[in-house]
Amino acid sequence: MSDSPVDADEVQHVADLARVDLDDADADEFAEQFADILAYFDALDEVPEVDSDSELVNVMRPDEVQEGLSQEEALQNAPETEDGFFKGPSVS
Amino acid sequence: MSSDHADAGDDVHNVFVTEATVDGNDDGPLAGRTIAIKDNMSTEGVRTTCGSAMLDEYVPPYNATVVDRVLDAGATMVGKANMDEFAMGGTTETSAFGATENPAAPDRVPGGSSGGSAAAVAAGEADLALGSDTGGSVRNPAAFCGVVGIKPTYGLVSRYGIVAYANSLEQVGPLANTVEDAALLLDVISGPDPNDATTNDGGADSEYAAAADGDVEGLTVGVITDLIEGADDDVVETFEASLDDLEAQGAAITEVSLDSLEHAVQAYYVIAMSEASSNLARFDGVRYGPDTDAEGNWNEQFAAVREEGFGPEVKRRILLGTYALSAGYHDKYYKKAQDARAWVKQDFDDAFEDVDVLASPTMPVVPPKLGESLDDPLQLYLMDANTVPVNLANLPAISVPAGDVDGLPVGCQLIGPKFGEETIIRAASAVEN
Repeated sequence: MSDSPVDADEVQHVADLARVDLDDADADEFAEQFADILAYFDALDEVPEVDSDSELVNVMRPDEVQEGLSQEEALQNAPETEDGFFKGPSVS
Repeated sequence: MSSDHADAGDDVHNVFVTEATVDGNDDGPLAGRTIAIKDNMSTEGVRTTCGSAMLDEYVPPYNATVVDRVLDAGATMVGKANMDEFAMGGTTETSAFGATENPAAPDRVPGGSSGGSAAAVAAGEADLALGSDTGGSVRNPAAFCGVVGIKPTYGLVSRYGIVAYANSLEQVGPLANTVEDAALLLDVISGPDPNDATTNDGGADSEYAAAADGDVEGLTVGVITDLIEGADDDVVETFEASLDDLEAQGAAITEVSLDSLEHAVQAYYVIAMSEASSNLARFDGVRYGPDTDAEGNWNEQFAAVREEGFGPEVKRRILLGTYALSAGYHDKYYKKAQDARAWVKQDFDDAFEDVDVLASPTMPVVPPKLGESLDDPLQLYLMDANTVPVNLANLPAISVPAGDVDGLPVGCQLIGPKFGEETIIRAASAVEN
């Protein structure tokens, strides 16, 4: 058993944060599966702190206008458009 | 432009989500070759589903860089290959377009997530294929279908135009029937791309195909004992026979143990799920996605589209990733996973002080039967034990056929140091001999 168990309510809370609707049966099934998976993840507690020397560097380019998609191409997969814009639901 | 849906009559193994022919240049190193493209790579005018209902009707307005490169090199695209939904899975059974059958092992899975790509090559539907490998998704299906697959060093190949799953881990890789053909395809797709700032010039003037010369005289191969312990006995026997072949050709075989690998699968899944939870936030049903009848405000409609468009494994990973990054759990899961990742990198670096390549069975098991393994997600994750360390360490690796267990293919995985593609290609071509 994980030391941070999740029940169906907590699964629904996370699903809400992630903006994914779940029905109750899915939430129950996920709670059961997550218990096993999170218990397995708990072994990460044994990992020591490790210093990593990052090899990463920023990659920059001149700020110049380049060819891109046309407005029509950018909109071609949208379920709804209006006057050349994407159309989404109201925000509140 | 609309694209043709796969015709179930010809495509007996359900290799393709969409069959569509796109001719490349007349000349080039791939002239006369056919190629299958994994369906998470953007193809201009040809629908690109990522194996998901969310992108059932999505038609990209541009080509991924790797698609441009193979067409410029003369290849003819013959179809978009089936895959696990959003590349999340190791059996190609999470595809919204049905499972793919393993052409080399009837009634068995082809592996995944690039199962359609490997199966296309194994079935002779295409000479070559492109897959993508986030935690083994090229090597796993290559091993299960009895073909060759390469996961390049991180940044060797452009990811521009690939539908993102876990950016810090994934690379596009070639699949083919021979090491030389896979290496040739890697020559074509590797090299820097201004549209992907994570690319490097490691493969700029590559001659990988020429490295497939089978010359392993004096090569030191370190067998990773930690990855033998969890593998089935029959698989290990077949793997060891390929080591004997290498030894007979002049390679020295030694044993290596990497303590960090005990935590690699956990680290991989925490990092991959966390990145996925962020990447897949873009699927909100506004710019693309299914048109639902959902009512309500932005958040409510967003959540309804995502319930409809995503399958169970994708939802599982988005939720677990959201959980791992949420306040109170970030340090416990995500930060620890990054520590484990750095530890795995260090362990590999240390090992390469003493050996030229590292070796293990690609998969610890033979291909499971179709429908056998979907009930228990954790068991499926554990099947990735031998492939995920390579992605955590940004290293190159190849899977080459090692033989079979009662007719079921077994792959030998050879891992190289950063930019060590030529070395693993050379070693793999000796396994092939």
